[in-house]
Amino acid sequence: MNFDEHTAKALILAPAGIAVPRAILCLTAKEAATAAAQIGPCVVKAQVPAGKRGKAGGIKLANTPTEAEQVAGQILGMRIGDYTVAHLLIEEQAKIAREFYTAVLHDTSARKPLILFSTEGGMDIEEIAAEKPQAIRRLLVDIDDKPSAGAIAGMLKGLDLGTAQGQIADILARLYAAYRARDAELLEINPLALLADGRVVALDCKFVLDDAAVYRQPEIAGHGSPGVMTELEQRGAEAGLKLIQLDGNVGVLANGAGLTMTTMDVIRHYGGRPANFLEIGGEAYTKSEVALDLVLSDPGVKSLVINFCGAFARTDVMADGVVKAWHKLKPKVPVFFSIHGTGEDEAVALVRKELAIEPYDFIEDAIQEAVKAAQ
Amino acid sequence: MIVRKQDRVLVLGITGKQGTFWTEKMIGYGTNVVGGVNPKRAGETHVGVPIFASTAEAAAKVGADVAVMFIPPPMAKDAGVAAAEAGVKLLVVLTEHIPAQDVMAMHATAAKHGTRIVGPNTAGLVTPGECFVGIMPAFVPSVFAPGRVGVISRSGSLGTLVCLNLTRAGLGQSAFIGIGGDPMLGTTTRDALQALNEDAGTDAIVIVGEIGGGMEEAAADYARKVKKPMVAFITGAASPPGKRMGHAGAIVTGSAGSYAGKRKALEAAGVVVVDTPAQIAPAVAAGLGAPVKQAAQS
Repeated sequence: MNFDEHTAKALILAPAGIAVPRAILCLTAKEAATAAAQIGPCVVKAQVPAGKRGKAGGIKLANTPTEAEQVAGQILGMRIGDYTVAHLLIEEQAKIAREFYTAVLHDTSARKPLILFSTEGGMDIEEIAAEKPQAIRRLLVDIDDKPSAGAIAGMLKGLDLGTAQGQIADILARLYAAYRARDAELLEINPLALLADGRVVALDCKFVLDDAAVYRQPEIAGHGSPGVMTELEQRGAEAGLKLIQLDGNVGVLANGAGLTMTTMDVIRHYGGRPANFLEIGGEAYTKSEVALDLVLSDPGVKSLVINFCGAFARTDVMADGVVKAWHKLKPKVPVFFSIHGTGEDEAVALVRKELAIEPYDFIEDAIQEAVKAAQ
Repeated sequence: MIVRKQDRVLVLGITGKQGTFWTEKMIGYGTNVVGGVNPKRAGETHVGVPIFASTAEAAAKVGADVAVMFIPPPMAKDAGVAAAEAGVKLLVVLTEHIPAQDVMAMHATAAKHGTRIVGPNTAGLVTPGECFVGIMPAFVPSVFAPGRVGVISRSGSLGTLVCLNLTRAGLGQSAFIGIGGDPMLGTTTRDALQALNEDAGTDAIVIVGEIGGGMEEAAADYARKVKKPMVAFITGAASPPGKRMGHAGAIVTGSAGSYAGKRKALEAAGVVVVDTPAQIAPAVAAGLGAPVKQAAQS
């Protein structure tokens, strides 16, 4: 789950004791003018959880309330990435002496938390990695422990941070503590700025909450940015199903992410275009009835592949859900089944009896027919 | 990570609906289930095996080489840590959606105690004709048959399909190793490849890979020294770009993970990479110089 800058600063950084600039959140250009009158010379920042906001024109300077109102009017409603700007942050302008980069995230190959720091702040971390890989310092942390002062000092050694070194070391320790306490998948400050007056302040913040940990972060989870979803995807999410709509015309209903992706791959292999990704794996396998309804609600679907390979997911339970939905929806599109694994005898018998359809032995055959039927 | 019928298996969360269903299936297939754990029902017998108050107690009383977890995400970390501390050698974590920081804590404890974790989010391990641990349809004879092909898969459903195709072609399996779908796995494709390469009962190896991460590339590195025929299928070529953790995450994994990159790495290491699942069995048969039992698809 993504969070926009303002929420990340207010809910994660400030409570962790990491300094952030004075700022006010606004919904209209008028509010921006009022906020700018309070703040003084300011930066008007689009609040969307997307990268490259500056390059997209979503971050601009304003020196007076009038300017702030004008700029706010330009930025509000702007499209950045998949998002439309509805919120602005009016933030005090900072006198920047140096910009740094820092983040805490999972190192998935080491299976440990990783702290990153670089003196090349302000640019994307990929750019830093491509242009100056030696400028990125890394510190792996034992999850049952926390980074020692010595380890952090070692990480920052030789970077010529001057009098800011102590403040930065303190910020890294706090950032790690916040990453742990808030189940962050990624907690990034870029830039972390050394100001002309000697303070070190987080000018931006990106926070991604681990989706699997949402249940134990109730105070913050409600403040996350809703992802951009189609109406159908939204309906899927409400039913606890992960649906991604695509631009094709062959509907897909399969169990398990691996089998679902493979079904899409094979559709492509035979020259077809999948209409969706819809996974009913894991505990969701009992939801085939609502899943079928979702797939068939897409008017672009011209044929349907139902591909069940039961391991944990019992094909008899999935087929039962499909048959129930079928009788209710009476779909017009041709459907091609392949059913194997746990419960397959019952499932195949049910499909034969209730739908008078003979499942294919190979998914390739079912998919080839579905691709033909969609053309 | 190849399970054997003498391995003593403990089921954590045995009394739940899924724990009950799959424990009965495992016992029925020949798995040596020696007990289960549920503090509230200690002392009882469930599906014919004794229930203990803790993994430590079970390990002390009946021994436990393997523990398999039917535990919901919020309790998974504590159960996994307890199993590692009890000295379980192989911990099969079926649970999906465990918070990532809990997964890291499980790995840290497992490393300390010399416990191998398979998973999280694995469908388990099958040794056809002998035993299985997890939630795979080992007992469906059209899917699994004893034989000499080792199969590695992140996905249970796709792994099932691949074994089914092998069985139909007359190619039985020596072992199915479900490594799991979690971003941070205890056992990687490379680890499983090594185990199958060192297994005297395995003559050929099938790798079922997935886009994302760097596991196939790491396995390709090891594959260079493997003499047994290897066939791979990588899924996800047609999938929309996944939303992983973004920029910084890509840096850590070295931007590995594309379909093309994985395919190239595996092919360069001598692995035959096929386009659809039905092409796997013919490619394995060709590698073994064996006739295929029935015509498979193009």
